[in-house]
Amino acid sequence: MSEVLVQRPTVRGGVGESVPRPDAVPKVTGRFDFLGDLHAEGMVWGATRRAWLPRARLVRVDVTPALTMRGVHAALTQDDVPGHRYQGQKVTDQPVLAEGEVRTWGEPVAVVAADDPETARRAADAIIVELDELEPLTDLDEALARGSVFRHVRVRRGDPDARGEVVVEDTYTTATQDPAALGTEAGLAVPDGLGGLDLWGPTQWTHVDRTQLAACLGLSPEQVRVQPCRLGGAFGSREDLSLQTHLGMLALRLGRPVKMVYDRTESFVGHVKRHGARMRYRHEADRAGRLVRVEAQLLLDGGPYELTSSAVVANSSYFALGPYRCQRVEVDGYALRTNNPPSGAMRGFGANQPCFAAEAQMDRLAEALGLDPLELRLRNAIGPGDHLATTGQLIEHPLPTAEVIRSVAAIPLPDALAPADDDPRRLPGGTGLTTPRDRVVRGVGYAVGLKNLQFSEGFDDYAEARVELTAEGARVHTAAIEVGQGMVTIIAQVVRSTLGVSQVEVAFDHTGRIGSAGSTSASRQTQMAGNAALEAATVVRTQALERLGGDHLDDAGVWRGEQLLAPLAELVADGPIEHHVRYRHRPTQQPDADGQGALHVDFCVAAHRAVVDVDPDLGLVRVVEIAIAQDVGRALNPQQLHGQIEGGIAQGMGHAIMEEVVLDAGVIRNASFTDYLLPTCLDAPEVEAVLVEQPSPWGPFGAKGMAELPTMSATPAVVAAVRAATGRALTRAPVRPEDVVGDLR
Amino acid sequence: MIVTLEVNGEPCAAEVAGFESLLWVLRERLGLTGAKDACLQGECGSCSVLLDGEVVCACLVLAADAEGARVTTVEGLAGGSEGELHLVQQAFVDAGAVQCGFCTPGLIVAAAHLLETRPGAGDAEVREALSGNLCRCTGYGAILRAVARAQSQATQGGAP
Ligand code: FES
Ligand code: FES
Repeated sequence: MSEVLVQRPTVRGGVGESVPRPDAVPKVTGRFDFLGDLHAEGMVWGATRRAWLPRARLVRVDVTPALTMRGVHAALTQDDVPGHRYQGQKVTDQPVLAEGEVRTWGEPVAVVAADDPETARRAADAIIVELDELEPLTDLDEALARGSVFRHVRVRRGDPDARGEVVVEDTYTTATQDPAALGTEAGLAVPDGLGGLDLWGPTQWTHVDRTQLAACLGLSPEQVRVQPCRLGGAFGSREDLSLQTHLGMLALRLGRPVKMVYDRTESFVGHVKRHGARMRYRHEADRAGRLVRVEAQLLLDGGPYELTSSAVVANSSYFALGPYRCQRVEVDGYALRTNNPPSGAMRGFGANQPCFAAEAQMDRLAEALGLDPLELRLRNAIGPGDHLATTGQLIEHPLPTAEVIRSVAAIPLPDALAPADDDPRRLPGGTGLTTPRDRVVRGVGYAVGLKNLQFSEGFDDYAEARVELTAEGARVHTAAIEVGQGMVTIIAQVVRSTLGVSQVEVAFDHTGRIGSAGSTSASRQTQMAGNAALEAATVVRTQALERLGGDHLDDAGVWRGEQLLAPLAELVADGPIEHHVRYRHRPTQQPDADGQGALHVDFCVAAHRAVVDVDPDLGLVRVVEIAIAQDVGRALNPQQLHGQIEGGIAQGMGHAIMEEVVLDAGVIRNASFTDYLLPTCLDAPEVEAVLVEQPSPWGPFGAKGMAELPTMSATPAVVAAVRAATGRALTRAPVRPEDVVGDLR
Repeated sequence: MIVTLEVNGEPCAAEVAGFESLLWVLRERLGLTGAKDACLQGECGSCSVLLDGEVVCACLVLAADAEGARVTTVEGLAGGSEGELHLVQQAFVDAGAVQCGFCTPGLIVAAAHLLETRPGAGDAEVREALSGNLCRCTGYGAILRAVARAQSQATQGGAP
């Protein structure tokens, strides 16, 4: 892919430029219609009745009291699902509405539609639901003991007898993290009058939603047009269905449009979260600081339904060590079925939790060996020619592990907190005015992350795109979902540089117009949608040149040497030149019984350094600065890359010191923004970022998808810095004040 | 009841129920969906509008209490002709401060107000002023750069 020539490096808005987003202007003027802003003539409002126990026998549901209320049009239960009554992306094990047993707190039991949201909410409340409480399964070790397992990933590699002299072991915990996209779940279903419907709902992959919706609604896939959606963020939480099936049921029943919007509390139970995890690690090294043996048991809390947990646990297991060589690896990863809230995809997709544990282990090992923690990492860093320590896959292409470590170490440290600086906004206690300046302790910590790009383990992963060249320029059609990450900009830049034409527009098509682009996840759309667009544009360019025997194309038209053969309008006088592509990445293998094989397409690494100030008396932490060196393959849009890095770091830092879904026997105790704390701009650290460019053969112009890494290793770096400041072991993320104050463990 | 108010310079009247918020009336009665609804609890600032010149969370204001008030939403900030951007809006575009954009309308309103009331605010002051506006995508770096850009343009080029 990197071989494609840039026709005219001077094309405006091509790769390498910090081109602004095409949707930035409507977004800053408030004229960009998000899902919750949609409106259809004659629409009614839906609302959901939910269960209030994490596990119970569903004794009775009676919707009569709702139906007798003025302004209420429908009240539906699981008995009203027109088609298959269970949904799920990989395994259809999630009831559309509760059936027989309630398996998680907030599980939907019934849905209603009414003239306005307030009436709908009261009608939902009026539905009689009888529950018979059952004991919820919420502990991970207990789930394992009971065999409540979605998937066990077993990895064995190397000499079973290899042992190291220096041993560190511990158990680590990461809490459940909420993706907390700022836009809550919202959607609109509009019947088409022919038995089918158009559906706008929160999604990262319209075609996989279509498959599930058609089955559950008893329609053919052609009758369900899943529309491209305008999302207020995703971060993985829109990979699984939330309100779509409910909207479809109500709209089909009523023959009129139905809209639904979750409020924030409902949103907390309405989307998947990052798996909480318990991880037991044993690292062994020789005296020279070479990793000899790593054993890990990874327990991931999947909640009651499989969703993407079986793929998440694969990532946890394959990236259990980070980017290091090791002679012997034994990993057992388990995705467990519990009655906690459903978990699924979130930025990093299972690679974050082991990164937290394994990087802490590396620091412990360095301490035991008397080595600098970065030196230990450098001695074990993998790169091209090495094999991944877990799966044994040969790293054939650029993977600059040592470079990112050296680059981040070379970034100058921020100034010490000035002795006179008592502006509370720069102290851990903030404007709470709790921290005396002279009690502040500074700490520095490092962490390195490794992750795969695109779908793995033999999945048939593809993306379609169509490029049309008209007198106005080029238009790229795709079903890929723009979640705010900026793919819309990248695709246009790739096509501009390929064609030589500046006027390029990206058109997001519904499922009836174009084939799947695959999911906007797994860091895949830069390479997948990007390569599909690149291949289609390459063919369009070739055809345009062949039509007139030209040798280059630009905004003016087709040229041969210095002679303009025809302007664009003339070139396409007989109709647009277009080409449709289904791009597949190189095939990957399925794992063998030991988790071995070339399971992945491409990899990405990043290294973080965190600097924190801690108030050791109150256990408060302020993250002063995070430096990062990030593998990007090639920087297609530096401004967007920095935006992804800073945004990713905020989420990783949030999970290090503040973000936790507090679970109490399966019940979420902090399902609001009052109680679930997100970083504000007073919490956001300064970010110093270095982009490491070593082109990948698998991305357009050498680019890699990169936006998961900034989140991944930020969490362990921040906690490492707090460890350095406090001397505490801190085996849990997020670090709570009570972990920092009080007796040393 | 009928509530009359001035929104983005236009006199408006809306039939509202006693429990309805200003945000609901703006979005559902007046069709101004620029202000967003990420929490409805006063925690996120996505619903920020100017009420008689002060930044408020429209989700926390009862529509009935806005009787007679002057309201400015993100849609009315630039004034002037269609397509014209307020200095802060242009700075957000140029600095790459917009990702998903859900926080953007509220942040633009808050930042424009800050620029007008405290044009020389330093970094810590800007952060504090915007700390009621959550953004999940950007990590705030580009937003702070956008505000700094707008501040320097405002001092160079006169009032925003
Ligand atoms: S919606 Fe008003 S503050 Fe969040
Ligand atoms: S840009 Fe998405 S929440 Fe701020």
